[in-house]
Amino acid sequence: MNLQVQNQERLLVVVPAFNEECSVASVVASVREHTGYDVVVIDDGSRDATAERARAAGAHVVSLPYNLGIGGAVQTGFLYASEHGYDYMAQVDGDGQHDPAELIKLVAALRADPALDMAYGSRFLTDEHGYPAPLARRTGIRAFAFALRIALGRPVTDPTSGFRLCNRRAIELFARDYPHDYPEVEALMMLHACGMRFTEVPVRMHLRREGRSSITRLRSAYYMLKVSLALLAGMLRTRPEPAPTSTVHRS
Amino acid sequence: MHTRVQIASIVVAVVILAGVFELVRRRRLGERYALLWMGAGVVLLVLAAWQHLLYTIAHAVGIYYPPNAFFVIAFGFALLLLLHFSIATSRLADETRILAQKVALLEARLRDQQAAGATGADQLDPEISEVSVEHPADRVAAG
Repeated sequence: MNLQVQNQERLLVVVPAFNEECSVASVVASVREHTGYDVVVIDDGSRDATAERARAAGAHVVSLPYNLGIGGAVQTGFLYASEHGYDYMAQVDGDGQHDPAELIKLVAALRADPALDMAYGSRFLTDEHGYPAPLARRTGIRAFAFALRIALGRPVTDPTSGFRLCNRRAIELFARDYPHDYPEVEALMMLHACGMRFTEVPVRMHLRREGRSSITRLRSAYYMLKVSLALLAGMLRTRPEPAPTSTVHRS
Repeated sequence: MHTRVQIASIVVAVVILAGVFELVRRRRLGERYALLWMGAGVVLLVLAAWQHLLYTIAHAVGIYYPPNAFFVIAFGFALLLLLHFSIATSRLADETRILAQKVALLEARLRDQQAAGATGADQLDPEISEVSVEHPADRVAAG
């Protein structure tokens, strides 16, 4: 179970949370119970007791002074991982949607293939754990999956999944530049543009236990338009080079 | 008739120029934003005063009533200024985001160090005290 000590690799689990006082403690407890990795909760300007509950559950807490949105919060996690020299960084959402027990699968995927820079959990790769997403959500996800398939030239089944594990190279890239509002789809484009490799791993996901999704019906149109524009712009933009993994500096 | 339009146009341009200059003098408006306004004021003043140039432009783009060309060009400047502000607010949002992230990370580290001190550890974690607070996105924002 304790893979961390065994391989002398340090893994950080980042839990972005905005007003998740009902679920954040159980997410932190679950991560600690199943993995033993370090946990940092990025409290994205919550007005409730998210920070206190997370701290009481044994997590480090980074409290943003105001709400940055999921992109800014997760980037704070990348900055934390980069500053403290972690080898891997996993993202597990604070709403209880992701199952920390499934982290082992992501870790195993990156371990199995050293050429991979990121692995993320897809809820659509397996039939046995049917994820009952609402029809509108599934349609949107399919649309992005289709666009990404064209842009990347390879199949992507769950582009909006936030259940991700990044290696050092991807951490450095995203600490420097990470998309703002709805970052998951764009982040895949960035990896592709930087010549980094990623893979999908079948995982089980829950429906949200507490609170409401940040994507309300009113925001769905904005979400679709914003990500579409970002995809189009991303295809026509040169991204900053990822930090070199070795000490050899390419200039 | 044309003379009255010309006088009104000159007055508008002069008011823009004088107003912007006064705001800069009182330090209410930064020079980098003032320059675009001043540029707009100067161009409008030249077009208002030099009727022949305005007529030439109007004729070239097919505007029958030359003073309309003046307002079209003024509208163009208004759009340019609005775009300029959108760019400026995007940059400011990026900069405040970077500040918020830095403040939050520093605050978390301070809390860790205080906790380490409270439990009697007289030496700080050497790794943590060496960590640089430089934000990798600084270069992006500065550029």
